[in-house]
Amino acid sequence: MSVDQATVRRVAHLARIAVREEELGHLQNELNAILDFVEQLADLDVSGVEPLTSVVPVELPMREDAVTDGNCPEKVLANAPDAEGGFFTVPKVVE
Amino acid sequence: MNKLTKLTLTQAREGLAQGEFTSVELTEAYLKAMEEARPLNAYVLETPDIALEMARESDKRIASGDTGPLEGIPLGIKDMFATEGVRTTACSKILENFVPQYESTVTSHLWRDGAVMLGKLNNDEFAMGSSNETSAFGPVVSPWHRDGDDTPIVPGGSSGGSAAAVAAFLCAGATGTDTGGSIRQPAAFTGTVGIKPTYGRCSRWGIVAFASSLDQAGPFARTVNDAAVLLRSMAGYDPKDSTCVNRPVPDYEEAVGASIKGKKIGIPREYRMDGMADEIDTLWREGAKWLEEAGAEIVDISLPHTQYALPAYYIVAPAEASSNLARYDGVRYGARVPGKDVVEMYENTRAAGFGPEVRRRIMIGTYVLSAGYYDAYYLRAQKVRSLIKRDFDRAFALGVDAVLTPATPSPAFGIGEKLKADPVEMYLNDVFTVTVNMAGLPGISVPAGLSADGLPLGLQLIGRPFEEETLFSLAEVIEEAAGRFPVEDLWWKA
Repeated sequence: MSVDQATVRRVAHLARIAVREEELGHLQNELNAILDFVEQLADLDVSGVEPLTSVVPVELPMREDAVTDGNCPEKVLANAPDAEGGFFTVPKVVE
Repeated sequence: MNKLTKLTLTQAREGLAQGEFTSVELTEAYLKAMEEARPLNAYVLETPDIALEMARESDKRIASGDTGPLEGIPLGIKDMFATEGVRTTACSKILENFVPQYESTVTSHLWRDGAVMLGKLNNDEFAMGSSNETSAFGPVVSPWHRDGDDTPIVPGGSSGGSAAAVAAFLCAGATGTDTGGSIRQPAAFTGTVGIKPTYGRCSRWGIVAFASSLDQAGPFARTVNDAAVLLRSMAGYDPKDSTCVNRPVPDYEEAVGASIKGKKIGIPREYRMDGMADEIDTLWREGAKWLEEAGAEIVDISLPHTQYALPAYYIVAPAEASSNLARYDGVRYGARVPGKDVVEMYENTRAAGFGPEVRRRIMIGTYVLSAGYYDAYYLRAQKVRSLIKRDFDRAFALGVDAVLTPATPSPAFGIGEKLKADPVEMYLNDVFTVTVNMAGLPGISVPAGLSADGLPLGLQLIGRPFEEETLFSLAEVIEEAAGRFPVEDLWWKA
């Protein structure tokens, strides 16, 4: 399978990365080189093979459903590029 | 002072314990070496004040006899590990001003055991790369040169700063992370020892996530014994990482020097690739001979799905990365670039913050996870991963204790030499290491010789899950037989 420029534009949007029009051709070539490389997996018969979900056979541990952390809003917001009044801020999303 | 930095970690530990020098003296020697080595670009942040403060505290504990296993030992930390109050960037522009409010579990284990932090080490952006050339801080220059040629050489990646710093005597040891070979490949390129332990052996908590089902932390060191000392401190259970395994951490140092008599070493025929350089093949045979002479039994094995590991990796790792890196949205941390609405703000922020390799992998990951392609790519790759793991399980079921392979298909290359090629050519660097991450196994890279043009070459040993001790025993046999490969010419000091 290979991707066309419209697909590159769509994938960039899904990934939330702005791509300039003049970058599309270059990106298309790079993505196709990688897709071409992974294409060889299609040669393998994987019928009846379970997908690997965990490399080490461990059961995911459960913990008590209790608050173990928190009450540190200043720490949570310490790296925010634009925090205000104890909140993260974003551009207006509702009219 | 130079003499102190040349000590192995194990020797430095002994010297500190015997009172031959103090941790402050040792730390000052390393800080001076770091200053002189800035042209190598191994450190992206030097933390001399923190280092000296930690060293003074260590000296007090040494005086009072209350010491930890790494008391007073100065270490470098890959910039993928969150360090509380100390800028941590993953060498990405998108995190250029990020100051963690917490400490990673692995580094907290090191400080608990008395180690001293010298600074943060360069790496490929978000650990995506095999040459340390994708870092937002620029490439790391290897302390190695080809014979009679001063072309700048890559240290490998992604843990290029860690490998270069250990090889150039800029720390007694360093931390790394390994998702597809990011510890073992740079270790091989710089004549250092690097081990990626079994998935689950070290906590991933507080390590900037790349591909969560593959990422593991591990040490870089100048000797096998030093690596064993470091791993013992780094490893261990952590309830904050649900994939971190709750089992005791052995004293790995005891395994160094243990007999390897009767150990069965598998030589996988599929690793003998077409067009493999003769010097790599020769080194591999030599390694097998050294192990045999020490009493191991060499057997030919087959790992039939080897060739599919790298393509499967380039689906699984980007898929997980695209999901993990969704958090860099310009809201909670990192740089923000404004836009007319929230989506445009995300898009502009991420376009400005991610470098070309990271962008490429996020886009591949997004594509293979997108509606209609998930089964053809991601699900198929996860099935292939089962087949790769099954190959190893079968070899181990036949009694194989470890698998011996070359660490890399070639010695290190020059900075810029592979950048213009198609991205897949760079990916081929990890062809021998990536299977190990796909199967979650432990793997160690140990220096074993020099290439025709005088650059280090390494061998890789792959072990059964949680049998890192066997790897340390075997690696020490290779180290004894091959000798060590310290950098002789400290050219950057001129």
